[in-house]
Amino acid sequence: MSLLKKKRKPTIKKGPITAGLWEKCPGCGEIIFKKTLQRSLKVCPRCRYHFTLTAVERINMLVDKGSFRPLDQGLYPLDPLQFVGPSPYREKLVQNRKKTGLPDAVVSGKAKIEGWGVVLVITDSRFLMGSMGSVMGEKIFRAFETAAAERLPVTIVSGSGGGARMYEGCLSLMQMAKTSAAIARFEREGLLYVSVLTNPTMAGVLASFAALGDVLVAEPGALIGFTGPRVIRETIKQELPEGFQTSEFLLEHGLLDMVVSRDALRRTLVDLIRVFSGPSPGR
Amino acid sequence: MNSGKESVPALDFEQPLLDIERKIRELQEFSRKEGFDVTGELEALDRRARDVQRDIYSRLTPWQRVALARHPNRPYTLDLVGAMAEGFVELRGDRQFRDDPALIGGVGFIGKRRVVFLGHQKGRSTRESIKRNFGCPHPEGYRKAARLMRLADKFRLPLVCLIDTPGAYPGVEAEERGQAHAIAENLRLMLGLKVPIVVVVIGEGGSGGALGIGVGDRIIILENAYYSVISPEGCAAILWKTKDKAPEAARALKLTPNELLELKIVDEVIPEPLTGAHRNWEKTAELVKEAVTASLDRLEKLPTRILVYRRQEKYRKIGIYGEK
Ligand SMILES: [Zn+2]
Repeated sequence: MSLLKKKRKPTIKKGPITAGLWEKCPGCGEIIFKKTLQRSLKVCPRCRYHFTLTAVERINMLVDKGSFRPLDQGLYPLDPLQFVGPSPYREKLVQNRKKTGLPDAVVSGKAKIEGWGVVLVITDSRFLMGSMGSVMGEKIFRAFETAAAERLPVTIVSGSGGGARMYEGCLSLMQMAKTSAAIARFEREGLLYVSVLTNPTMAGVLASFAALGDVLVAEPGALIGFTGPRVIRETIKQELPEGFQTSEFLLEHGLLDMVVSRDALRRTLVDLIRVFSGPSPGR
Repeated sequence: MNSGKESVPALDFEQPLLDIERKIRELQEFSRKEGFDVTGELEALDRRARDVQRDIYSRLTPWQRVALARHPNRPYTLDLVGAMAEGFVELRGDRQFRDDPALIGGVGFIGKRRVVFLGHQKGRSTRESIKRNFGCPHPEGYRKAARLMRLADKFRLPLVCLIDTPGAYPGVEAEERGQAHAIAENLRLMLGLKVPIVVVVIGEGGSGGALGIGVGDRIIILENAYYSVISPEGCAAILWKTKDKAPEAARALKLTPNELLELKIVDEVIPEPLTGAHRNWEKTAELVKEAVTASLDRLEKLPTRILVYRRQEKYRKIGIYGEK
């Protein structure tokens, strides 16, 4: 590491560097070799800043190799409001599909984590800020149904700066109730639901399924809250306290069970599933 | 009860209707003083008023409807509860932190039926508005609501929720005390509650802050109320980069009662009295009472398990997507 640091310093030039082999850490400004970053699960070796993961990266990081079986892949968003604005919803969808290779901001599937079967849902914060529309609501509802039918625990890894998706209006808002309905039903199954909050988890996503886990786990330094910091600052016309709305802030205020760094997340999930489900991976 | 006819500043589109209303009152006065029979003239004016009203209200833009929903003289939760309920007892406090005056609750009779009421509460004077935080609850408001929902469950009393909030309060303390968590807990609670829940959007249905007491078996909305995932101003600021485009955003968001009915977000729209709820509280309360009573009459016939199952299915079906 120290060798790399020395080599790089004279050549810092923002644009070409970040576009190529190097990436700048938003946490400490360090320029990091991309391969180093990959090896460290995209955590800055210097300040432990947790870079945002794509859904695919998250799946690869969490589950036993080759064990992921996607669920409900055929679901795709429509434009139910025929949303008229400076940039039409349909165009946004095409752009985001191209950018992420995903039909919407959510991927779900069955997988094994150290042999333990689990239904896994990942939201990808790159797709329209990980916002929740009809597709996310439906996929999450079905994920809980699959878990109930197959007696599996559920883990949802949320990353959503957008909350409920504006472009689908009140249909999006009602997905908060819809996902909560899935969880209300899942309650009686006696199966575990772990909600993992990553940077950022905000608004309608946090105020529904993401806050309703039996256990709430967050990655370090994630922005987690109901209202975005900019809007709060504008409303109260004051600067916000240091560390406001970070994982550590929420932990201190009793709103999370634990903050777990990325390299320990898999282990934590296994520990939780094991202690809530019984001694050995039966299924 | 005040219906404040003259004290309220008219919205510009209301003027023609108010002019006819004034003519009707003058004619009535004239006929009383002079002893003339003006029945025919009055009937004609009344017909005109209805035509003009239909014309005005059918052409209201979504943004004008938002203005009506926010009208400072609209009946608020306690006004409607006061008019439609008997023996109402307000119950306060979340038993954890404090009482939130922006979200009220209590028990009372609608006719012979006992119900638990919940509702966002705005203030009318500047002082009361500040006390009520302009109808924007903190987490403790939602936790008080949760407490009263459990009370409703225990005594098998139906729940009636009146929605009227710009949104849950965006502040530092609200975040510290878990605004999102409190709302989420209520959603799950309401989706398992063993008593009928009737929700009436009486003014502003502001996003998650509205939904936090807004899950139900039947969702009713007043004709000049709105329900939206984000405020038109907020949406305009994000997409158009200026709040001045709020009228366009209001149109794009499909937040008006009839649009919401089409999207199956609401089940029923209550038409408001001729000159709007803000000019006739008594009639509005009567209409809300009728709608709530009719809904509860039907819902109370269902066995508990069916009731809860149907509520969960109702929400499960909301959403429009494609599937390959
Ligand atoms: Zn760093």
